[in-house]
Amino acid sequence: MPGTVQSIERAAAVLRLLAAAPDGLGVADLGNALGLAKTTVHGILRTLHQVGFVEQDHSGAHYHLSDAFGRLGESYLDPNELRSRAINWADSLASRSGEVVRVGRLVEGKVEVVHHVFRPDDSDQNLDVGTTLPPHATALGKAVLAYDTSARPRSLEAYTTRTITDPVQLSEELATVRSRGWATELEEHTVELASIAAPIRGLGGLVVGAVGLAGRIERICDSRLRHRGDLVTMVRATADAIARDLRDDT
Amino acid sequence: MAEQYVAAVDQGTNSSRCILFDRRGRLVSVAQREHRQLFPRPGWVEHDAEEIWRNVARVVPAAIRQIGAAPSQVVAIGITNQRETSLLWDRRTGRPIGHAVVWQDTRTDRLVTELAGDEGADRFADLCGLPLTTYFSAPRIKWMLDHTPGLRQRAERGEVLFGTMETWLIWNFTGGPNSQAQHVTDVTNASRTMLMNIETLEWDDKLLEAFDVPRAILPEIRPSSGVFATATEVLPGVRIGAALGDQQAALFGQTCFSAGEAKCTYGTGSFLLLHTGQEIVRSKHGMLTTVAYQIGDQPASYALEGSMAVTGSLVQWFRDGLGMIHTAAEIETLARTVDDNGGAYIVPAFSGLFAPHWRSEARGVIAGLTGYITKGHLARAVLEATGFQTLEVVDAMNADSGIALTALKVDGGMTANNLLMQFLADLLDVPVVRPMVTETVSLGAAYAAGLAVGYWPDLEGLRSNWHRAGQWMPHMDPARRATEYANWQAAVQRTFNWIRTEDQEP
Ligand SMILES: Nc1ncnc2c1ncn2[C@@H]1O[C@H](COP(=O)(O)OP(=O)(O)OP(=O)(O)O)[C@@H](O)[C@H]1O
Ligand SMILES: [Mg+2]
Repeated sequence: MPGTVQSIERAAAVLRLLAAAPDGLGVADLGNALGLAKTTVHGILRTLHQVGFVEQDHSGAHYHLSDAFGRLGESYLDPNELRSRAINWADSLASRSGEVVRVGRLVEGKVEVVHHVFRPDDSDQNLDVGTTLPPHATALGKAVLAYDTSARPRSLEAYTTRTITDPVQLSEELATVRSRGWATELEEHTVELASIAAPIRGLGGLVVGAVGLAGRIERICDSRLRHRGDLVTMVRATADAIARDLRDDT
Repeated sequence: MAEQYVAAVDQGTNSSRCILFDRRGRLVSVAQREHRQLFPRPGWVEHDAEEIWRNVARVVPAAIRQIGAAPSQVVAIGITNQRETSLLWDRRTGRPIGHAVVWQDTRTDRLVTELAGDEGADRFADLCGLPLTTYFSAPRIKWMLDHTPGLRQRAERGEVLFGTMETWLIWNFTGGPNSQAQHVTDVTNASRTMLMNIETLEWDDKLLEAFDVPRAILPEIRPSSGVFATATEVLPGVRIGAALGDQQAALFGQTCFSAGEAKCTYGTGSFLLLHTGQEIVRSKHGMLTTVAYQIGDQPASYALEGSMAVTGSLVQWFRDGLGMIHTAAEIETLARTVDDNGGAYIVPAFSGLFAPHWRSEARGVIAGLTGYITKGHLARAVLEATGFQTLEVVDAMNADSGIALTALKVDGGMTANNLLMQFLADLLDVPVVRPMVTETVSLGAAYAAGLAVGYWPDLEGLRSNWHRAGQWMPHMDPARRATEYANWQAAVQRTFNWIRTEDQEP
């Protein structure tokens, strides 16, 4: 039988004590109550703080549960925060690849565009931040859908003859995304266009969104219509860089 | 051959970062560390310069490590910095004498009023291009020398060195107290002290006398782009190819190399700079005359500058002072819970008002408060304050230059805020354009350093790296714009004359 994880038990105990103490508790209070060394309690509190479950008061002496802890079901990362963290890396991806870059996240079964970087050719383009994309017909969408446990789109609308409209086929496609760690799309949303995306993993591996590029098939794919390996590498490196920034200091 | 990079060191008000750029001007890695903001009294703002140097010494190797590069792949270091922040240190021990006094600090309020005397704040504007305010370094140096017992004598004996942050960093990069450390500054930073003659680009005896600053403490003034020295610390053997103030670096990073080109950088404060070529333009509308950059032994380029002291720092105050949000970016989410400002206006005259008003006695107000106002409205008002301040500056700049701005190039951390960028476009009634690199301050420092060591051949090559990453188009109804601006201006009036001279400490 697999064992239990001691640090999670302790963290749960800390959370229970904090929930019962409206004025908050200090490290020593918690240590005494649980019979744990101060350094152990400190480590637990720091981690809980980092994941956003506990907060410190102004003096820094007392800890209490965060508001966010009471709303665990809601998205834990503010979309504007995601844009702030992604902006440097998304820019770099656009200038390296020469293509349009978008960051998206799943909202009520659709992919909301959180950030959009123009194709770096100085042509006329319009920002589409705030608009939504169909998750089953875009790489950005598949890259978040693959890791979502609730929001399978109910009806799979066809945008082109290549759009995946069969739920079973979509499930297989998403399994491929999970096993590879990246998603692709080929004329499934708009003819002559293709896209590549990768999930952005926040703390604990939670997928908070995806970053990807899109462009004309002849630039995104090779002559045998396979998505270009160098672009896939760039997209994945971008997702990793954003994830690193997110984990560094939240 | 392994890829080569230029390292930009951006020593800012809140943090120090090191960013590596490749030959195409693309950001390849970033490492950043915040330092403490010390507020010993109301109106005082200080930094611990040793902490800052320690942070710089950590972020540079961290940025290189991030991409698994070797230090030898760095061909040059470009330094850029928060401007006007002033430090004195002991030449022999290398230890700072007290903390660095930060550009936002208003302790020299009374001193500045006294110095202005009957002749007024523009007393030295002919010589240095700047009005007398608490913002610039010279009054601060005088304050430090006057308030530390025995310091003036030591300074006159040559035992004390003065520097803004780039001077402190270069001195430490080149060995600090133990060796042949370089005590140098560049023309852009020197142009913010009030001690440099804006035409000769040399320390001016009249100014030194007026501010009672001994020449012995001052660094040598150098061009912004040119090899300052070879580092012996942190990246031994790598040349320091540039130093320039952060706002001038951003102008350079936006490749505004010709007269008439302008940019506005939205960070802690926000700063609109208009390149005026080799001409020294004197503002009649509250803009500063400042050096834009100097490349090697070429003639210097100048700029008109509109400085807004409190923009991103108002968001920080909303987060840390009021606890309304957890991260700066969340302000956009909160602001979008309402459709407009509900009639509320926040004028953030925390350190008095900078351009175009230059009122050190002003203090902030929240105007138009009613029971209707929610957190969401205040969040809007915080963001809109940055928009209105920009409009005031653009109006003044247009009046000075006689030509209307046709588009605004923006950069800096606040450009991640779409609501603000749209509001700016609406209010200014011109397109607002963000380039591919928002860390334009660092990019400019990298460009200037890379030019100095031949990594990039010329300015034209750099221009071709500039690309549009995003653009916001104006949509606001002109009548609404006029009403909003009038409300703002009425709110500004209410900040004036808050600090009365008799309130000030000696
Ligand atoms: N999404 C956002 N919306 C509004 N304000 C933001 C947002 N992101 C960052 N800011 C503000 O922008 C500032 C940070 O931007 P940036 O890093 O360019 O500043 P900076 O002036 O270079 O910093 P430093 O003072 O260290 O030099 C902070 O004051 C922060 O409050
Ligand atoms: Mg800065």
